Amino acid sequence: MKVIVNIQLKEGVLDPQGKAVHHALGALKFNDVNDVRIGKQIILDVDGEDKEQIRTKVADMCEDLLANTVIENYEIEIA
Amino acid sequence: MKVSVVVFPGTNCEIDTKYAYEKLNADVDLVFHKDEKLPQDTDIVVLPGGFSYGDYLRSAAIAKFSPIMKDVIKFANEGGKVLGICNGFQMLLEMGLLPGAMKRNANVHFISKYHNLRVVNNDNIFLQKLNVNDVVNIPIAHGEGNYFIDEQELQELYDNNQVLLKYTDENGIDKNPNGSVDSIACICNKNKNVFGLMPHPERAIESLLGSDDGVKMLEGLMEG
Repeated sequence: MKVIVNIQLKEGVLDPQGKAVHHALGALKFNDVNDVRIGKQIILDVDGEDKEQIRTKVADMCEDLLANTVIENYEIEIA
Repeated sequence: MKVSVVVFPGTNCEIDTKYAYEKLNADVDLVFHKDEKLPQDTDIVVLPGGFSYGDYLRSAAIAKFSPIMKDVIKFANEGGKVLGICNGFQMLLEMGLLPGAMKRNANVHFISKYHNLRVVNNDNIFLQKLNVNDVVNIPIAHGEGNYFIDEQELQELYDNNQVLLKYTDENGIDKNPNGSVDSIACICNKNKNVFGLMPHPERAIESLLGSDDGVKMLEGLMEG
């Protein structure tokens, strides 16, 4: 089953990459952008049919490795 | 005195670290990350700088699962002395041996230069040979050294004298190269046996090459 994990810096944690891109957009005269936040997307192909079981397993993966929960939040989408 | 320096794929400061500790008359072993046990007579473990696993996913995110790390965590929890330099500091954060996390530098550039640091606390073995408010000059070289910690945990760090070095100018006034909370460059754990810093003391051991300010730190660990 295809599982999409979206990882984002938590709200309130400054995003240096987002800030740099925001600045660059401004330099290109895209002045109507209020804020830019950059995250990452991890796409997994996981064995199994039971969506809840898969969700639990992928949440464990996020806690152990995929996200650093000190500064990042994660969201799991099961296709 | 036996110093074990752990080598991961992508580590690139292990030879400098070995050289520095051998110059201080320590017996240094390079320990491969796939080993499961540290050498039995290890007195100090150093997690050296570099780009373990190519910094994939996040700096140091994958190194924490190397087979040797279980023994490093056990060694630390039993009071053994552990020093994480640069990528090694990032590992200690990822493993939860030290609090907080690293983000990309605020200016998004890799920064490689000498930087001044002020001693904030010296009631620990790592900085015991320096005085509070001493300013030392040590190279930094990192892209993800923007230290983050929430306010409550930051207060705990201060309450327990766990903030050891801050980035400053030559007069010891805070000067922040990378966006770190309160310009923090070096911290330790509550028990004061695990130390992490972004600057490279092992690259500051010869005055002829710019600075020997790192010697007192590396020596301090040996004398604890």
